[in-house]
Amino acid sequence: MTETYDLGVIGGGVHGCTAALFAARGGMRVALLERGPLCREASGVNAGTLTLQMTRLALIPYAMRAHAMWAAAPTWLGHDVGVVVCDGLSLAFTDAEAELLRFRATKRREAGAPIALISGREAMAVEPGLTDRALLAGHCKVDGFANAYLTGLAYRRALLKAGVALHENRAVTGLEREDGGFTARTATGPVRFRRVLIAGGVWIERMLRWLGVELPIKVLVNQLVVTERVRPVMRTVVGIANGLLSLKQYPHGTVVVGGGWQGEGDRERGGVALRPERMVGNLRLACHAIPDLRGARMARAWAGLEAETADALPAAGPVPGIPGAFVCGSVHSGYTSGPYIARLMADRILGREPEMPLFPIDRLLAPRHAGTPEAA
Amino acid sequence: MRQADLIVLGAGPAGTEAALAASAAGLDVVLVEEAQAAGGQVWRAPYPGLALPKPDEDATAGAALRDRLVASRVETHFNARAWSVNTLPEGGFRLDAATESGPLSLAAPRLVAATGAVERVIPFPGWTLPGVVGLAAATVMLKAQAVLPGQRVVVAGCGPLLAAVAAKILASGGEVVAVVDRASRAEWLAATRHLATRPRLLARGLGWALRIAGRRVPVLFGHAIHAAEGQDVLEAVQVAPLATDGSFAAAPPRRFMADALCVGDGLVPGAEIPRLLRAPMRFDRTLGGWVPQVDAEGRTSIPGLFAVGDGALLRGQAPAVHAGRLAGLAAAHDAGRSDAAAFAQASAADHAALATLAPFAAAVSRLMALRPGAVRAIAPTTVVCRCEDVTRGMIDAAFEDGAREVNQLKHFTRCGMGPCQGRSCGDVAAEILAARVGSREAAGCWTGRPPLRPVPLADLLGEFDYADIPIPAPAPL
Repeated sequence: MTETYDLGVIGGGVHGCTAALFAARGGMRVALLERGPLCREASGVNAGTLTLQMTRLALIPYAMRAHAMWAAAPTWLGHDVGVVVCDGLSLAFTDAEAELLRFRATKRREAGAPIALISGREAMAVEPGLTDRALLAGHCKVDGFANAYLTGLAYRRALLKAGVALHENRAVTGLEREDGGFTARTATGPVRFRRVLIAGGVWIERMLRWLGVELPIKVLVNQLVVTERVRPVMRTVVGIANGLLSLKQYPHGTVVVGGGWQGEGDRERGGVALRPERMVGNLRLACHAIPDLRGARMARAWAGLEAETADALPAAGPVPGIPGAFVCGSVHSGYTSGPYIARLMADRILGREPEMPLFPIDRLLAPRHAGTPEAA
Repeated sequence: MRQADLIVLGAGPAGTEAALAASAAGLDVVLVEEAQAAGGQVWRAPYPGLALPKPDEDATAGAALRDRLVASRVETHFNARAWSVNTLPEGGFRLDAATESGPLSLAAPRLVAATGAVERVIPFPGWTLPGVVGLAAATVMLKAQAVLPGQRVVVAGCGPLLAAVAAKILASGGEVVAVVDRASRAEWLAATRHLATRPRLLARGLGWALRIAGRRVPVLFGHAIHAAEGQDVLEAVQVAPLATDGSFAAAPPRRFMADALCVGDGLVPGAEIPRLLRAPMRFDRTLGGWVPQVDAEGRTSIPGLFAVGDGALLRGQAPAVHAGRLAGLAAAHDAGRSDAAAFAQASAADHAALATLAPFAAAVSRLMALRPGAVRAIAPTTVVCRCEDVTRGMIDAAFEDGAREVNQLKHFTRCGMGPCQGRSCGDVAAEILAARVGSREAAGCWTGRPPLRPVPLADLLGEFDYADIPIPAPAPL
C-alpha cells in the first residue's frame, strides 16, 4: 500500500511551491505534482516585478507583506532569487494619464501603499535615466524586482530540504474522491492524499472540473523583451499610469521590458508567438521613458500565461462543497503577492486562522455550484 | 506592409536559387539577407570596393549567382536584419526586419527559410582568447575582406573546410604551422569511396592537400586542440591525439607557437525559423543536430513554410542549390502557377541531382558529426557558454540540482541567455546534458523565440510620437 499524503499539491508554481513548503514545515506529509519542471510557466517567465503601482487595490496589503517576504527570501526560502529592492516610478505623459495617475495613486495610498505624487522634474532626480517629458510620477519606496528564472531552482532546493515528495515531470490526468480523500491519476500510477490543493495557474479551470466545479479562468498572454547587457541606464522600476509598462535593469546589465502587451497563445499551446507590432509599441513606450535604452539590442522576447478570474481577484480558498479540497491562484500580479497568499493558504490547510482573509471562490461560481451543501 | 507571393529569408545558394526559381515561375518574390550581397558562406561576396587579387572558383560562381539575381525580378533587401517571423491568423507569414532605410514589414502566403548553418566549436581551455576564430569566420576574413587571420596559423577541427581554409591561407601568403583533423586517416579512407562520387570536388580537395603537403605543413589526423595558451592573446596551441571515441588519448600534447587558431568542429543547422514557428523537429546527429521534418521539396509541417539548405538539412552548397530550386518551384506550384505534370517535369532534374549528390554529402556530414567522446573530454573548468561564462562544471552541477532539460538548464545557469541565445553553445551544452539524461531527445530542444538576431531597439522603433503608440486599455484598479 502506497503512502497517503496529508496534502497533495497539483501545480509547481509560486503558489503551489509556497503552500507545499509551509504545509510541510507545519508538519504535514506533502506531495507536489507538476507536469513539467518547477516554476517553468508564469512563475519562471514573468517580468519579476515586485511593484505596488500595478497591484490591484484589494491586494495592496497582501502585496506589501509579500514584498517583505521576497526581500527576505533567504530567511524563509533559504535561497536568493536575485531580489533587488529599489524605488519605483509610475509615469504620466499626458493630462489624461496624469488624471488617471492621481486617482489611482491616491486610491493605492489609501490602501496602504507608500506612494507619493511628484513632478516630472523630481522624478528625474529619483531616476537619472528618465526622460524630461513626464508630467507627473507616482513614487513608491516599496518596489523592486526578482530574477524570476531563478525561482524554480530556489524552491526546488527548499522543498527537498523540507521533505516534500517532489514529482516533477509528472502530469496529473484526473482527480477522484476516494475514501474521504483524493486520488490523482498519473501515467506512472496514482498518488493518494487526504487533502488537495489545486494550484495549476491558468490550468485550474480544467483541474477544478475534475471535482465537478466550473470556475472560468481567462488566459492572458503577456509579452516580454530582454536586452543584452548594457551599461547602467536606469536604477528604478519604471511603469506608466495605466500599468502597460514595466521596466527595470538587472544588476548584470540586462533590461527587461514588459507591461502585459498581449501575444498569441492559449492554455493548450502556451505563449507560442509574439505580435511584432505590439513588441514595437511596448519598446517605444520603454524608450520614451528611458531614452538611453534605444542603444540596447534586443536579445530575446517571449510570452508567458497569466490567469485571471471574472473579477480579476484571486481564487484562493476552499473548494465549496468538497471538504479537503482547496484552490490557490489567479492572483493579479501573482508573482509579487503569490508567496504571501499561498502562505495564508497553507495556514488555512493546516487548520490555523490565516492572519488576512483569503479569497474564496464561491463568488465566482455559477449558482448551482456555489455553496452546494456537501452530503457528509 | 509589403504584400508578396513569397518571402525568402537568406540569400545563400539555397535561398537565392529558391527566389530565382519562384520568380521565374511567376511569383512576386522578396528576398531578405543580413549580408551586403547574395552568396552565403561558400560564395561570399568581397566587400564593396575590395578587389580580390585572385578570384577563385567560388568567387566566380558567386558573382554569376549575383548577376542572375540582378537580372531577375526578385526584390532584394540586403543588410536587413530579420528579427521576427510570424504565422498570420488568416494564413501565411509576416516578417519584420530592421534595414538601413528603416523597419521593413513583409507578408506572404509562403516563406522559404534558408538561414544556413552555425559553426560548432567544442570548447577547450583558452578557446575564447583573441586570435582564436572559427573556420567559417576565417573564410569570411579570407573571402570577403582579403585579410589573413594571423601570420602563423593552426587550422583545426573537422570536415572539408579544414583543408580549404589552410590552402587559402597559404595561397594568400600566410603560414600554416599545423593542420589538426579530428578524423583519422582510416575515417578519411572510408569516406573516399563516397567522396569520389564527385570527382571534381575530390580533385579540388586533393589540390588543397597537395598545396598543404607541398609546404611541408604537418597534418595531424586523429588529433584535436587540447588547449590554447596566451596571456591576453593567443601565443601557442597544444594539440593531442584522440582515442577512437573522440576523447583524448593518454599521450602528451604537442605544442605549436601560433598567433591565430582557426577551429571548427562541424556545423549545426540554423533552423531557427522552423523552431520559432513550432514546426515538428527531429534530432539527427549526421545532419548536424535538430532539423525540421521536411518533404522532398522542403515543405515543413506548417502550411506554406519551406526550410532548405544547411539551415534545414546539412548537406553542403551543391545540394543546397537544388534543394533551393525545388522549394522555389514547389512554392510556385502550390500557388497554382504550374500543374502537376509541369511541376514534375521542371523538378525532375533537381531531384535527380540531389540523389546523385547524396552519398558525398552524407560522407562529409559523417566526418563533421559531433562525437560524444569529444564532449565528454571537456574539462569542468572550461567555459561552454562564452556570453555568460558558464563552465562545463556549472552545467553538470545544474544537472545535480535537478535540471533535466535544456530550457531548465538555461534558467539554472544562464547558459544560452546571452547575445548568441545558444546559437554558439547550445549544441554542446545540450550534448553535455544529454549524456546525463540519456539522449538528446530527452535533453530537449531550445525554445525558439524572436529576435532571430540581436537587433538595436533604435532600429525597430521607427519615427514616432508618444500619441502614435497604440497603448491598450488600462488594467483594472
